[in-house]
Amino acid sequence: MPEGQQPVLELQGITKSFGGVEALRGVDFALLPGEIHGLVGENGAGKSTLMKIIAGVHTEFSGRFLIDGHETHFRSARDAHAAGIAMVHQELSVAPDLTVAENVFLGNQPTNRLGLVQWRRMAREAGEQLSRFGIDVDPMSRLGDLPIGLQQLIEIARVLFSGARIVILDEPTSALSPPEVERLFATLRRLREQGTAIVFISHFIEDILRVSDTVTVFRNGRKVAETASAATSKGALIEAMIGRGGEALEHSYSDDLMLPRPSDSSVVLKVDQLSLARSLNDVSFEARAGEVLGIYGFMGCGQQELSRILFGKLKPDAGRLAVDGKPKTFASTAAARRAGVALVPESRRAMLFHQEPVYKNISISILDRISSLLLKPTQERDIAQRQVEQLQIRPPVVGLDLGMLSGGNQQKVALAKWLTYPPKLLVLCEPTRGMDVGAKNDVINIVRDLRAKGLAIIVLSTEPETVLSLADRILVLKRGAVVREFKNEPVSKDRLLEAA
Amino acid sequence: MVSSETAPAAGQRAKGLAPFLRSQMRNIAPFLTLIFLSAFFAFASPSFATIDNLGNILTQVSVTGIIAVGLTFVILCAEIDLSIASIANVTGIAVAYFTLQESYVNIPNIPLPGVAAILLALLLCAALGLVNALGLTVIGIPSFIMTLAMMQIAAGISALLVRGQIAYKVPGLISTLGSGSIGGIPWIVIVAAIMLLGGHLVLTYTRFGRYVYMVGGNREAAEYSGLNVKLILGAVMVISAVCSGIGGMLGVAHFGSAQQNEFDTYLLDSIAAVVVGGTSLFGGRGGIGNTIVGLFVLGVLNNGLDHVNIDSFLKILIRGVILLAALIINVYAQRLREKAAE
Repeated sequence: MPEGQQPVLELQGITKSFGGVEALRGVDFALLPGEIHGLVGENGAGKSTLMKIIAGVHTEFSGRFLIDGHETHFRSARDAHAAGIAMVHQELSVAPDLTVAENVFLGNQPTNRLGLVQWRRMAREAGEQLSRFGIDVDPMSRLGDLPIGLQQLIEIARVLFSGARIVILDEPTSALSPPEVERLFATLRRLREQGTAIVFISHFIEDILRVSDTVTVFRNGRKVAETASAATSKGALIEAMIGRGGEALEHSYSDDLMLPRPSDSSVVLKVDQLSLARSLNDVSFEARAGEVLGIYGFMGCGQQELSRILFGKLKPDAGRLAVDGKPKTFASTAAARRAGVALVPESRRAMLFHQEPVYKNISISILDRISSLLLKPTQERDIAQRQVEQLQIRPPVVGLDLGMLSGGNQQKVALAKWLTYPPKLLVLCEPTRGMDVGAKNDVINIVRDLRAKGLAIIVLSTEPETVLSLADRILVLKRGAVVREFKNEPVSKDRLLEAA
Repeated sequence: MVSSETAPAAGQRAKGLAPFLRSQMRNIAPFLTLIFLSAFFAFASPSFATIDNLGNILTQVSVTGIIAVGLTFVILCAEIDLSIASIANVTGIAVAYFTLQESYVNIPNIPLPGVAAILLALLLCAALGLVNALGLTVIGIPSFIMTLAMMQIAAGISALLVRGQIAYKVPGLISTLGSGSIGGIPWIVIVAAIMLLGGHLVLTYTRFGRYVYMVGGNREAAEYSGLNVKLILGAVMVISAVCSGIGGMLGVAHFGSAQQNEFDTYLLDSIAAVVVGGTSLFGGRGGIGNTIVGLFVLGVLNNGLDHVNIDSFLKILIRGVILLAALIINVYAQRLREKAAE
């Protein structure tokens, strides 16, 4: 990057706290035009908070905020938008019931003089924009019918083509397949040529190193390093992130890993010829006590539906379930819970109560075990306190509203709900998605502990690393069908990707 | 994990006063409204701030209070019950229908012993609540529509029972509780107080109460936590109908007659009491404490306007405006809280 260039965006001494917890402490940050700036750090390190300040989501903070060298203060996300700043959030925010073209032009559809939408023009232009991005879909198809990865690409495309001068991408690649990531990177490089400044947040350090010019590392609300991407390495970045030698923590899984001999312990779950319209086709498998069964597949392969069926949230069209040899048809999630099944869905929002304190979030699934009629708040808090300490949830205050915790800590709370009275079968969807190395490792250790206690565990993930780091046996799911089982044999990321 | 030097010693106490006040906006605003209204009427009319008039206000809000107990459960679950007034009406009529009337009352009724009449009336309102519950949970009709239909059904049953006539007699127990008093305190006020207290205890100290708040706070999360959400929603619909029924029976005794459309104004009043008190229409926030404040706001407003010699047609408009203001505060408070929790 050329020296002495005027930054499009400059932040000086930014400090921001939530309820007495400092999320950012005196952070300086500068963004040059035509730069892709990578941002790494553990969960809760302050990356997302800083980006939300830039995008005008958080408006109360101390420090200086300059755009093109002029001091500015956004009062809303709208102000930021007007200043040419656009952000793609981690969670998908598209309108699934509208067409692809409507989503691309959301908020500024082309209209004629009467104010009527010019559908044909909108469809044509949306198609052109998307094909520049390598996306080939019918612009008039309903967005919600497309695979999630494609939906995410379309959302990113919308933001990238909105004409913003500063684009912030928060974990854009987590739901994308490898070829989709390639397309995204190609587009980012093209935008860089045109002078757009891009901030790229990701836990995939390889991705950051490949696409960015500069990397900034955050730790505990402070900026701890800023370096040219070409001058650093994955190990060095991880070390900066967690403050100690990190090389050993992140396995690359590019080499073969030997799966153990299948256990002959008792069958906890038996799934027989399960089918669900358009999602699952004749799926059969068993999960055994003290074994982690990994189920890998690309986004939209039917994993999500499978997990919902196991927890009684969805009813299959055909097929049978048996827990401990007893046939079950779950009428509700409550029935599944009573039968000893627990689910942690991929979305934290889906299973946590953000406006309630941590201890109520932890106790909700076990209230009927600790109280028959009247609540026992002291016992609830004690149980929660034990879990919080065991899982090293920070801050370790069970009375704090859950919304005040960082994403990774929320994920641990989601897991903690099921740990006081362990279920027979624990179904984990994307247990480490969006987590930093340290938290990932924590989760891996928790899962191994539970396996040692004799739980049957099913891990469903679209990230090969997640499955490889946890599973004793791996099923590959493709378009709703089991296409390959890995057991007692070598397996690697390449082999998994190949099978899917 | 990361070294412990970072673990903020914080805790929620470290919050400033301003964010705390902001998060408590929904509880503070109705209370301030109540104080303001009371002060205003006390200043404007010498007859307002008297012990006698306090008794009047309490009596006037009692029936609404009894109905609002159940409605609080429903709204906490982010549902609505529009059939409360109709169910109150039909239950009041039913208890009279099963009581021996004077010979000049021309209703082909079925006189039964008082206890049987009361039990049958309670059974009726519980059954109607169960129909609401099944429609909402099993068939999946939104509560707004389901209870709209029930409003009509209950009104229809009322019409069939009284056939345009008016009944006067109710069982002795109901008569005492509705219109009698003990030591100068009307029984109906005592019943309302007991039911409000009971509702508060259930919501605050029981497992079921916690479930109500959690289902209202995030229904999806409740389901993913393995709660039987449908059972909880069904239960609150039945609770709402039974509270309405009790309010209806005592109301009939209080008014001294049972007839069609007697309770029509109670639908809006009860919803207003719950919402004005600050219970969130989006569920999960608020409670009986809020409902009590809401009841007093409505009670003071209705009663106070009678004391200040105002155009009685203007009163309706003023009530509407106050209700709107309360709704704005309700929605605004939700937003402030979400911001504080961010």
